[in-house]
Amino acid sequence: MAFLVCVAIAIVRLKDLFAVAMLAGIYGLLSASLFVSMDAVDVAFTEASVGAGISTLLMLTTIAMTGRSEKTSGHKPLLALTVVCVTGALLIYATLDMPSYGDVNSAANLHVVQRYLNDSFMEIGVENIVTSVLASYRGFDTFGEVVVIFTAGIGVLALLSFSRREKDDSEIDSINESMHEEHLVVRIVSKILIPFILLFALYVQFHGDFGPGGGFQAGVIFAAAIILYAMLFGMSVARRVINQSFVQLFAAVGVLLYGGVGVVSMLSGGNFLDYNVLAADPVAGQHLGILLIELGVGIAVAMVVIIIFFNFASRIGFSSEGDKL
Amino acid sequence: MLTHLPALQVLIPLMAAPLCLFLRRPHLVWMFTLIVSGLAFLISVALLQQVMVSGPIIYEMGGWSGPWGIEYRIDRLSAFLSLIITAMSTVVLIAAQTSIDKEIPKNRQIYFYILFLFALTGLLGIVSTGDVFNVFVFLEISSLSTYALIALGKDRRALWAAYQYLIMGTIGATFILISIGLMYQMTGTLNMADLAVLLPEVAQTRTIFAAFAFFVVGVCLKLALFPLHLWLPNAYAYAPSIVTAFLAATATKVAVYLLIRFTYSIFGISFSFTTLPLQTLFVVLGLVGVFVASTAAVYQKNVKHVFAYSSVAQVGYMIVGFSIGTTAGLMATLLHLFNHALMKGALFLALGAVMYRIGSVQLSSFNGLGRQMPFTMAAIVAGGLSLIGVPLTVGFVSKWYLVMASIENGWWPVAVLILLGSLFAIVYVWRIIEAAYFKDPVAGKEPAKEAPLAFLIPIWLLVGANIYFGIDTRLSIQVAQAAAHSLLGISP
Amino acid sequence: MTTVLGLYNYWIVVVLMMIGLYIVIANGNLVKKIIGLNIFQTSVFIFYISLGKVDGGTAPILVEGVELYSNPLTHVLILTAIVVSLATTALGLAIVVRIKEAYGSIEEEEIQIKDNKEC
Repeated sequence: MAFLVCVAIAIVRLKDLFAVAMLAGIYGLLSASLFVSMDAVDVAFTEASVGAGISTLLMLTTIAMTGRSEKTSGHKPLLALTVVCVTGALLIYATLDMPSYGDVNSAANLHVVQRYLNDSFMEIGVENIVTSVLASYRGFDTFGEVVVIFTAGIGVLALLSFSRREKDDSEIDSINESMHEEHLVVRIVSKILIPFILLFALYVQFHGDFGPGGGFQAGVIFAAAIILYAMLFGMSVARRVINQSFVQLFAAVGVLLYGGVGVVSMLSGGNFLDYNVLAADPVAGQHLGILLIELGVGIAVAMVVIIIFFNFASRIGFSSEGDKL
Repeated sequence: MLTHLPALQVLIPLMAAPLCLFLRRPHLVWMFTLIVSGLAFLISVALLQQVMVSGPIIYEMGGWSGPWGIEYRIDRLSAFLSLIITAMSTVVLIAAQTSIDKEIPKNRQIYFYILFLFALTGLLGIVSTGDVFNVFVFLEISSLSTYALIALGKDRRALWAAYQYLIMGTIGATFILISIGLMYQMTGTLNMADLAVLLPEVAQTRTIFAAFAFFVVGVCLKLALFPLHLWLPNAYAYAPSIVTAFLAATATKVAVYLLIRFTYSIFGISFSFTTLPLQTLFVVLGLVGVFVASTAAVYQKNVKHVFAYSSVAQVGYMIVGFSIGTTAGLMATLLHLFNHALMKGALFLALGAVMYRIGSVQLSSFNGLGRQMPFTMAAIVAGGLSLIGVPLTVGFVSKWYLVMASIENGWWPVAVLILLGSLFAIVYVWRIIEAAYFKDPVAGKEPAKEAPLAFLIPIWLLVGANIYFGIDTRLSIQVAQAAAHSLLGISP
Repeated sequence: MTTVLGLYNYWIVVVLMMIGLYIVIANGNLVKKIIGLNIFQTSVFIFYISLGKVDGGTAPILVEGVELYSNPLTHVLILTAIVVSLATTALGLAIVVRIKEAYGSIEEEEIQIKDNKEC
């Protein structure tokens, strides 16, 4: 934990944005390992792929466009310090009446959770309780989560997609070529690796019932494989392989698949997202429902992350041209 | 199907949004969005009727009963709010296509409609849900889409405004998340009804006190209550006109809803108003907000800024009504929610029409508009009168109830100050009228034409509603009163 | 002494939150603000996970013979919250990229100055 504080302080002090972004990635990894130590394996998995992976990648891409040094002047530390201290003091004050860390008998660990712990296997038939809560008991939250990420994808599209005038592909190609020469080994190694990463993504996707994993993590890993491909073989090649409007439609399909499961359960006489009615046997219905919605999550997340990355990356050439002008 | 209405209301716009991607043609997408929003409106009417007659409806998502699953809980207040939201979104959407054509490039229009639907979904989700964490999720859906919508504005300042809003909004949402975490820690539940039962046991702990404080600060950021309003004027001023009209009519209302819901239904009124000096604090902040924002409104050169500051001031009125803490005060706030949505919807749409014809909403470009765009300007005058609170408009109704509520409570100075605040409204509305009717158009500029029907119809629908509900107040008052009663636990 | 040990975890979280929030408010660089926001949110996640930790418990995956599990509910909530924070980060950075293109800068002050000139 002390590490986290050190890294955070370093982030405050450093001016070099590149270093800051890397440190933020380290921060993500550290908190992920902290989550493991607190038994939250699913969360750790996600935090590692998001905090240390995608977020850092996006930040680096942004920094590539915006410049890496930060100007010093014009801070208003006084105001900030006051706000922060008041907030912190309030929080410390709040902790005084909290049950202590790790308390088995704290309210949080007694009330609602007990049913999940005791009955979820009977009701849903999935070993990983996190999965059953995520996908079934609080399935609607997860639907909301998919919608949030989809919204972000659409927002990024709305902001960063190009209006009609496509840029000159030939020039970008030449940049890519020169990059390829240098990384021949890396290219070959990753060419072998990428199928395995994709396979791993599929494994994570369908293994969520028993171990940590599930649609979201799988989606991120899948997208990571595609992004790796794009980085090594050049954006334009990747763009040719993966059609953009196809990706968008697939992201929508992911969301609709999730919602569709809900609608089907409505039509078969249950409430929205009530998987019990999907099959004759409630537990089998739960299984089917969870499988399908996790698939929806996976597809939507993978596609959205690809959308976000491609749109960011396609701006790199554009803004540097702007700088020259 | 009737039992599914509470879920369908949120789900229809939600599911429609990704479907838009398949339609591809902006025109089709617009029609589709309009139909979807209209459907949601019809559902909210049906829900409101049902709730008024037979009390709260509970819908269990996934078939899991609360507190284990997530439940939707539609009571009078939420049905009332969703009626406002869907009505405004439908009316505003009528003008959307015409307005958007000029303000957003063609290839981004589809994304605009998708984001709009998500914003609608998010707001409806917030008012319908009975689970505090679900509130956070839908809050983020609506916020994220709103940030993107604002950033779509033509002016580059829209980007800056969206960024600032994003930072403030996310801090607000994270504060609310902290508050939810603290509540969960002390009670072990996330369900609102369950929380209301369990909280009193631990109400005296410092943790719950902090939870409440974090919630209030977080929601006030969203609410743009003075002095946390700094993000709002620019966000409203530079967003696309349609977005401004929609947001001004709905987004802050939902934040007020959250404040009411948490203080009255979850923490309970005795906790909220006795443990903290909240009442005094809110009255003071509300009134200061009214005056500061109204003064700022008087000095703005951009008319969108004028009305944006006026929105901050109106939030002040709502907060004053809310903090009176009596049925009458609460009712005044609810009425003002509804009425203010009507006024600001009409005003910002009319500004959208001006934007459409002239390409600017600077005060100076209003010179002589009274003759060039008579119907649009007449609408602005009507909306302005309503804002001031002239009799026969909705503005009068809500101010009247607000003043009565404060007098009833013995708060004479507050009542006087509320009336004084209206004087400011006269000043800033007058400046616009003066420019439009008493100044000559700038020489050499081509006279503007009247706005197209796509604008005039929704504008005058809203103006008509402004006057109708200003004269025939039975409907709005009945609903607001019933909602206030059920919040305070008084059977009607 | 026991209270100090019992609450130590939370206090660290509070410190992290404060650092994150400080970066958001005090820093003028738009990218760094978003990084600060990330730290702020991550520390809230740590808070949630800490409150669900049970001494002697294991990860909430049912295994024969294990009786004590950590709280799965907070894990679920945080999974959702992480995704939300990713979404916010992505959108925020997209806006930053556009700001850079429109203003040629990502420093708060410089943007303010340019805006004031226009008004």
